[in-house]
Amino acid sequence: MKKNGRKLSFAGLGQLTIPLIAIALLVVFNLIRDPGFFSIGISHNNNGNAVLSGNIISIINGASELAVLAMGMTLVTAACGGQDISVGAAAAIAGSVFVKVLKAGASITAGTVILAFLCSCLVAMIFGMFNGTLVAVFRIQPMIATLILYTCGRSVAYWINGGATPTVSSPIVTGIGSFIPGIPIPTPVIIVAVTAILFKLLFRFTALGLFTQSVGINGSAARLNGINEKFIKLLSFVILGVCVSIAGCIGVSRLGLINHETLLIDIEMDTILAVAIGGNNLGGGKFKLSGSIIGAYVIQMLTITLYAMKVSSTDVKAYKAVVIILLVVIGSPVIKERFAGWAARLRGRSKKVSVKGAEE
Amino acid sequence: MRKLSLLKRKEPLSDTQLLMTITIGIFFVMYILAMILLGGGFLHAQQLFDMLNDNASLIIVSCGLTIVMIGGGIDISVGAVTSLTVMSCALYLNSGGSLIASMLIAIGIGLAFGLVQGFLISYLEIQPFIVTLAGMFFARGMTTILSVNPQKANHKAFAALREKKIKIDALGYRAKNGNLVPGTIEIGVVVAIVCVILVFLLLKNIRLGRNIYAMGGNQQSALMLGINVKRTRFMSYLISGLLSGVAGYVFLMHTGAGNATNAAGMEMNAIASAIIGGTLLTGGVGNVIGTFFGTLSLTTIKKIVVSSGLNAPWWQSITTGGMLCFFILLQSVVLGRRAKKKKT
Repeated sequence: MKKNGRKLSFAGLGQLTIPLIAIALLVVFNLIRDPGFFSIGISHNNNGNAVLSGNIISIINGASELAVLAMGMTLVTAACGGQDISVGAAAAIAGSVFVKVLKAGASITAGTVILAFLCSCLVAMIFGMFNGTLVAVFRIQPMIATLILYTCGRSVAYWINGGATPTVSSPIVTGIGSFIPGIPIPTPVIIVAVTAILFKLLFRFTALGLFTQSVGINGSAARLNGINEKFIKLLSFVILGVCVSIAGCIGVSRLGLINHETLLIDIEMDTILAVAIGGNNLGGGKFKLSGSIIGAYVIQMLTITLYAMKVSSTDVKAYKAVVIILLVVIGSPVIKERFAGWAARLRGRSKKVSVKGAEE
Repeated sequence: MRKLSLLKRKEPLSDTQLLMTITIGIFFVMYILAMILLGGGFLHAQQLFDMLNDNASLIIVSCGLTIVMIGGGIDISVGAVTSLTVMSCALYLNSGGSLIASMLIAIGIGLAFGLVQGFLISYLEIQPFIVTLAGMFFARGMTTILSVNPQKANHKAFAALREKKIKIDALGYRAKNGNLVPGTIEIGVVVAIVCVILVFLLLKNIRLGRNIYAMGGNQQSALMLGINVKRTRFMSYLISGLLSGVAGYVFLMHTGAGNATNAAGMEMNAIASAIIGGTLLTGGVGNVIGTFFGTLSLTTIKKIVVSSGLNAPWWQSITTGGMLCFFILLQSVVLGRRAKKKKT
């Protein structure tokens, strides 16, 4: 498909147009519905800490796992032209390893938490490498390759747990999942910010972003230019593995237990959606990390809005689907062209009118 | 047409036929091995019939998905549409509707999803994954909006229809008390096999089917050949939607109740069946007969796991994943070798 540089009147933002419009619409809708929706207050949680509270905080906090996963998924999408549908299952495995290592020690200290996180990171990276090898070396479509882990991942997590849903209770783990004493911002939000900054630094100081784009646009051309195509694809999956483990650990810390069936359930679909709403082409190539992050917040905002409208949690999906369809229809190339055509015709007509007016 | 097929027979197997042959071969090897090593239920024909009875709706859904995948697309809404159909039909039958109308409702729901998704994908050029993902969310959400509680279909005519089963005495077996249990096949299986045959004929002998292969193989050249790519793609999603609706009715005939978690994960099982049957997600390669055997292989491995005593709940999906991995790697290696041979 050819991409011409047609600029709509509001398209100065490029691919961020659609997610930003979506956020703006949601904000306006919520303000009309309930002017106090976005008020931020300070409340005291059970431990007596002063923490920020309010809908906007719960939106930003709730979307943390999604945002982290969306960043990794954007890289995979850009490099391989396909999506990893096993992130939820892999996160369940990572979470199980996290809990397993925490439980193995006598007491939970900061050291064991870091060790557990590193272990879960390692396992998630190995699974990422497995997916990446299938995609890069055996040239299997990413969706098919990750279907394997999607099918068996949650069962592997169950097996790691030994058929139970173990719980961990420790102030450190609770701190990761909610608030660290003395800091009013939820910890997951800080983790997302740190991850985003790390990604930014990675792209700033290495050529990974450029290489990923060129591999995604034309793999063989990239290879002929001396880029190791297989390595870049593999690397994208390994980086996604790190993101998966971060998301899994956040998810486990939030609840204080690992349930292989419900931990981050259906998140793979939401993640892919976040990438798509962020204006990234699911066929690979150019990408924008910020778009995906905004996409993640759009999805969470939509969910919280629906909850606030007293829609039950099982019914949310149907309403979400309608909004998604509306968003993608507005963003579809055909509709955009139509609109551009209409806009041009309108402009033409107004010119003609003015010319006629001048003649008279 | 006949000349063409004669010419083709002289050539070596095409990719489609090769992958299908491998699948069918592996299925028979696996089944015979199970018969020899595990014996027991595998020696009765009823084991095979049970596999068909339980998976009739999966087979139908996989047929539709195969069409879409051959055309180079993907439809992950199929399981959710099936679930929505089951729930709607169960509720309608409970409210005292007629049998024929409930069938029409099933077909109508399927067609409606196919119509909207097909339109969005082919005429508005939105990525199929996103559209069908939204379709899946919508159908799942609607199912729970209709009813969160399980709905048992209490309907006389429907119950009578459910009771109608094909019984073959010759293929039955003697139970422990000496009574003959005849081999039982449900009507859903007949519907499924009819669907497989119809889709096979559609893909093989009708222009639309050939166009779908051409479109999946290379969209640009299909366009150059004067194929209406947009309409072909639209039709592929329409057929897939229709088959999901039919599958929903078959599912209801099998279980007799609508449940919000019906057909959970069916879309991924259907994709796995199609892949094991030799359909490539890249499009242009695939066969519905292969898909049929793909479903059977998938079920056989699960049955083998259960009967070989691996009772821990995780083994079924882990072995399924392992088998999927095996098939995918096999296909990749086989096709890769062929491509190399062609080059030299």
